[in-house]
Amino acid sequence: MSSSSAFNDDKGGSSSIGEPEYGHDPASGGIFSSDYKRHDDLKEMLDSNKDSLKLEAMKRIVAMIARGKNASDLFPAVVKNVACKNIEVKKLVYVYLVRYAEEQQDLALLSISTFQRGLKDPNQLIRASALRVLSSIRVTIIVPIMMLAIREAASDMSPYVRKTAAHAIPKLYSLDPDQKDQLIEVIEKLLADKTTLVAGSVVMAFEEVCPERIDLIHKNYRKLCNLLIDVEEWGQVVIINMLTRYARTQFLNPNANESLLEEGTEKAFYGSDEDEGKEEKVEAAALVAKRKPYVMDPDHRLLLRNTKPLLQSRNAAVVMAVAQLYFHLAPKAEVGVIAKALVRLMRSHSEVQYVVLQNVATMSIKRRGMFEPYLKSFYIRSTDPTQIKVLKLEVLTNLANETNISTILREFQTYIKSMDKDFVAATIQAIGRCATSIGEVRDTCLNGLVQLLSNRDELVVAESVVVIKKLLQMQPERHSDIIKHMAKLTDNIQVPMARASILWLIGEYCEHIPKIAPDVLRKMAKSFTNEEDIVKLQVLNLAAKLYLTNSKQTKLLTQYVLNLAKYDQNYDIRDRARFIRQLIVPTDKSGALSKYAKKLFLALKPAPVLESPFKDRDHFQLGSLSHLLNAKAGGYQELPDWPEVAPDPSVRNVEVPEWTKCSSREKRKEKKVEKPFYSDSEGESGPTESADSDSDTGSGTGSGSEESGSESGSEESEGESESDKEEEEEKHKRKSKSRAKKSTQESEGSEPSSEDERKKPPKGKGPKAASDSESEEEEEEEESSSESSESESEGESESDTDTRMKQKTCASKPPPRQPKKETEMSLLDLDDFEPTPSPQVTPVNNFVSSSLVTDLEGLSLSDSALSPAAVSPASGPVKSYELLHRITGEGLSVSYCFSRQPFSHDPHMVSVQMQFTNNGDTEARNLRIQEPKLQSGMRIAEFPEIDVLPPGETVTMVMGIDFSDSTQAANFQLCTHTRKFFLTIQPPVGELMMPVFMTENEFKKEQGQLTGMNEITEKLTLGETCQGDAAIVQRVTSTASLSRVPCGSEMECRFAGKTVTSGSLVLVTIVTREQLVAQLTVNCEKMLIGTMLVKDILQALSQ
Amino acid sequence: MIHSLFLVNSSGDIFLEKHWKSVVSRSVCDYFFEAQERASEPENVPPVIPTPHHYLISVLRHRIYFVAVIQSEVPPLFVIEFLHRVVDTFQDYFGVCTEAAIKDNVVVVYELLEEMLDNGFPLATESNILKELIKPPTILRTVVNTITGSTNVGEQLPTGQLSVVPWRRTGVKYTNNEAYFDVVEEIDAIIDKSGSTITAEIQGVIDACVKLTGMPDLTLSFMNPRLLDDVSFHPCVRFKRWEAERILSFIPPDGNFRLLSYHVSSQNLVAIPVYVKHNITFREGSSQGRFELTLGPKQTMGKAVESVLVNSQLPRGVLNVNLNPSQGTYTFDPVTKLLSWDLGKINPQKLPSLKGSMSLQAGACKPDENPTINIQFKIQQMAISGLKVNRLDMYGEKYKPFKGIKYMTKAGKFQVRT
Repeated sequence: MSSSSAFNDDKGGSSSIGEPEYGHDPASGGIFSSDYKRHDDLKEMLDSNKDSLKLEAMKRIVAMIARGKNASDLFPAVVKNVACKNIEVKKLVYVYLVRYAEEQQDLALLSISTFQRGLKDPNQLIRASALRVLSSIRVTIIVPIMMLAIREAASDMSPYVRKTAAHAIPKLYSLDPDQKDQLIEVIEKLLADKTTLVAGSVVMAFEEVCPERIDLIHKNYRKLCNLLIDVEEWGQVVIINMLTRYARTQFLNPNANESLLEEGTEKAFYGSDEDEGKEEKVEAAALVAKRKPYVMDPDHRLLLRNTKPLLQSRNAAVVMAVAQLYFHLAPKAEVGVIAKALVRLMRSHSEVQYVVLQNVATMSIKRRGMFEPYLKSFYIRSTDPTQIKVLKLEVLTNLANETNISTILREFQTYIKSMDKDFVAATIQAIGRCATSIGEVRDTCLNGLVQLLSNRDELVVAESVVVIKKLLQMQPERHSDIIKHMAKLTDNIQVPMARASILWLIGEYCEHIPKIAPDVLRKMAKSFTNEEDIVKLQVLNLAAKLYLTNSKQTKLLTQYVLNLAKYDQNYDIRDRARFIRQLIVPTDKSGALSKYAKKLFLALKPAPVLESPFKDRDHFQLGSLSHLLNAKAGGYQELPDWPEVAPDPSVRNVEVPEWTKCSSREKRKEKKVEKPFYSDSEGESGPTESADSDSDTGSGTGSGSEESGSESGSEESEGESESDKEEEEEKHKRKSKSRAKKSTQESEGSEPSSEDERKKPPKGKGPKAASDSESEEEEEEEESSSESSESESEGESESDTDTRMKQKTCASKPPPRQPKKETEMSLLDLDDFEPTPSPQVTPVNNFVSSSLVTDLEGLSLSDSALSPAAVSPASGPVKSYELLHRITGEGLSVSYCFSRQPFSHDPHMVSVQMQFTNNGDTEARNLRIQEPKLQSGMRIAEFPEIDVLPPGETVTMVMGIDFSDSTQAANFQLCTHTRKFFLTIQPPVGELMMPVFMTENEFKKEQGQLTGMNEITEKLTLGETCQGDAAIVQRVTSTASLSRVPCGSEMECRFAGKTVTSGSLVLVTIVTREQLVAQLTVNCEKMLIGTMLVKDILQALSQ
Repeated sequence: MIHSLFLVNSSGDIFLEKHWKSVVSRSVCDYFFEAQERASEPENVPPVIPTPHHYLISVLRHRIYFVAVIQSEVPPLFVIEFLHRVVDTFQDYFGVCTEAAIKDNVVVVYELLEEMLDNGFPLATESNILKELIKPPTILRTVVNTITGSTNVGEQLPTGQLSVVPWRRTGVKYTNNEAYFDVVEEIDAIIDKSGSTITAEIQGVIDACVKLTGMPDLTLSFMNPRLLDDVSFHPCVRFKRWEAERILSFIPPDGNFRLLSYHVSSQNLVAIPVYVKHNITFREGSSQGRFELTLGPKQTMGKAVESVLVNSQLPRGVLNVNLNPSQGTYTFDPVTKLLSWDLGKINPQKLPSLKGSMSLQAGACKPDENPTINIQFKIQQMAISGLKVNRLDMYGEKYKPFKGIKYMTKAGKFQVRT
């Protein structure tokens, strides 16, 4: 069925993919079997060797994932195809893997080696994609591998790979937050990157991992500002948001003097040209203030200037980011520029409008003048969604002032007629707010609202009542007729909030309407039991107030209401009734308070302030999620307050060597603007390379003149030339040089320099020789080694760039490391003497060391320590595992152990010694293995069938299993003449290898080739019982099938082995330090094996 | 940043889900459905919905909700803009962005989403890069793929991501080299009862379709660039040259793209190309209302006003209408109360009108609101602001391209209050 259905699908093309699970099992019919069958059929397709079938199957599986159907049971079948040649199959497998790896951690490990191979690919795109998928697999066990991979990629030559590394950082962080410190190191390194490609991604990583480490930004601040315009749009958003926060901690408030200025002055220069405005402001400030005039930090200015063009971005998020930056950081006079751009965004999709309006609403409270010219853009159309209408209304209300109120009110009048009642209610509130804030129109508004009281829609009336109540509170004495009018409304209005408002009004101003008030109370007493709670409370309130002012008429009524309330269901009402009764009805017991009852109830209430809900929202960073929700969202970084005194601005200076005088700040600023990476016509690797060459020429030989000449030339063509620019340029360059140089000396960062050397050997020598830390000899050493690796790689590489990358990835790593070590050690310590490497990658399988190496190691002290005894296989006790218990086995018990003898039939198999014991009382017959279920790549060599196993007897058999260098279990069935048992053998990682004889120098050499990703180092504390050489050797060899490598130093133990299947070397070094502290280093090409081995040895040693 | 994405259709089914970090159960969408129920109209669902553990940010397009799940602080516009970019990409790939199209191309959709975000952070959103990575499905390619068993995934590795002009791929070749530019302007206006303009503004875009070989460098200049008040550019436009010379200088992306969108300064008076005479009355006590509408051209510079469509949301009290159009056809939906009149071209000699009566709910009082009238129209070969392209020059390549410029004016949000 599988093939035919696949064929159908082919014909159907993509159209049938949408409904794959229904389309493919029409024949199977039964509901119960369909699920099982379908997957079976997919498995079959995946196992086939036709790419088209695989692809079809993968497409169907991805369609299942897309619809949220569980496809996890296909994991083993899918993961096998991870190394498939077909790109699309591979991609879909990645999609699958990333989705399910977290659920199937063990199986996911099978795929790791594919990605590890990819990480070393000469093609940068393959390296990047391998890293991307590897880091997306959320499996905790590979954390160290990911960490290594990220470190490695962070210093990759290709900016694209470095970008991917930056992307991987937050992934690893979310998987294992313990890696934070190490990740910060990587972030720090990537922040120094000069390419636009990396900038956005690394700032993103910074924000997710260590947003509090603002100190990391100092040195990169100016660079980020200058790169900003060329960064991709999503990166721009992240960088701008981060820089806003940064600027708030580093610069002074440009508006600090502003509070002394009058509002009027602000308006006067609103809209004027930026610089003019600034000058004027400074002048004005000088007039007003005895305070010293504010001078903006040039770096602050740089940020404002470089972000401004981004207001023209097509991406709403970028525009918003710049807008919030200006709002939070710019001097008041300059903030105006953002209004136009924000108004433009209002043309966009309604979701964008929604967010922009929220922010405009907040801004318009603080800086009303800014949006006033755009008032009409906030007019409401009947087609706007309600939520947009309400927000626009909010903005219009905020913008209302004496001059424009009449236009706004005319608009509001049209809105009140709208069919959208929620919107009408919001409009009425808005009118109320306009009336409170602008005294001139209060009467007009009130009249308008009163007219609305006769509206047919109850919601409108109710809303009007509530608003009128608030307005009346401001000047009640003049409006007794309105109150009378409202008193009449109690007969009709049903909305509780409105009824409550009316009752409160009547109670409050009962003295203005002495005749009506008692009558209202009478009516309310009648309907009391049917009222809502808020209404009841207000009835009580009214009763109390009337009792106090007019007790003659209302005494009985009040008693009656209080009695009703006493038995109300709501405890608030009962409570209130009790309280009021005690307070107003004089009894013997009533205390001093009742004397003041009138004062208490009829005190003059302050008029309510109708406030915008957006007031004070600007303590959240604008444009943020927290601002939108007006609640702190997880991970929100508080926008800090301006500092009182500016922190030292020199922290942003890029390091200057002593011999260059610090340039004046103004000059520095100019230079920054003209920096070369501005233009986008430069080659993508340009910046990196030029930076490298800078560092090269920079080390004091003075040969940099030619370089700087050409560079400044290119700049001049950009249309900007200044007299002192070239000098400036050079200064700057020296700065960056010295920095680069520093990093070279410090850490792994030494790659660029060696890289350079190869590119231009004549030049490269100079600085090297000049730097006193390294000797001539080592220099040669290094060169020769890099040459040799060059020749090695040239064989495979096709193009020039490929060659370079090759060198980078496989060759240049070891050399820089080792020369450095040498300088640290004494010359007598010949352990580290490095033989000239032989051109071929040494096949280590031969037990006799390669002659070349032996010849050269004449001086080595280690020869003396050579003892052949150390290389006996199967040293250490053999541990036996139970495979089948005699109870489950019905008398038959099986145990196995790893004999560590080479399996005679096939050297790539691990030999497993199995011991069969018949504890039962009947003889077992025909013991044999059947139907092994193996992971891909695994093989089993079965033992010959045991014909008869009489009771009480024990037989030992040897079988071979090729675990294909993974710790996946081998599953098989053990059959007897009567029964079948499902058995599983899972090898400890130490059994997947076999010992290799090696000399110390060979060991060193091999270790030198397995650095970087392939090296894992851990610190450990030795267990109490595990002191001394012998103990360590014993523990290690019992954990893993390794042989000891003779060693000159007493503090070190070395072990070597190779994996059984692929023959990859496994090198273990244990260096004991003082007392119980030791360091374990494992070098292995198979990183997974390395990782697991480290774990096992650690455990063995620390017990 | 973006944790997961759910696509929800108008009937409330989740028909696609994609996770970029660990899996978020689709039950998180229940909060969205709740909000959806509360909202009276589909477009009133709040774009940002907080839930106890996540935040849902959604956009509604083509009657599909794109619901993104996020877990921590992120600028909401960032997510919204990205979601719209996703929709644009789908539209670009499949022609339409409907549930059916997405379901049909679910694998391509998935591959696209995979490339567009890495760990929730946008990776490749440029259509050119994406098209290099994943080829859009075409009928021809589907047939070829079926026969040869080949795929939609690009064979060679995409180099676009590495290039300095990420929006353009290298090695573009055409036999006919052509560059077309459409200047499209939209008038947004609110006209009040008496026919006076309350607010009117012009928003324009220049959409380009450039099919040129190699790496051409184009410059486009205007006769009257001062008209452009506020502009936003495609990333390819060199901002500095615009600042200095008011010239658009750019290396164009390959194919269709939006070069520029602009706003015409509001100081200029906006010519309103149509006028509306209306008389919509309801009488108290009667169950009848009058409806009269006449459209006429005004300030069109002699160009014809075409594809005119009038929409009006009548008050809830209206049961049915009985109207008589002088041209075109009208429809009235008694459920949504939406009146729509498709009248085509306005003939200045014989003005189109729609007259007749409305029947109201008996006994109900007269609706106190009057409907607003929304008008759509098109005017070919004219940019209402008067913007004119001066010339288009090409540098960097030898051949002579074919150049074309088209102008059009449309109604944007054009509303007449009655």
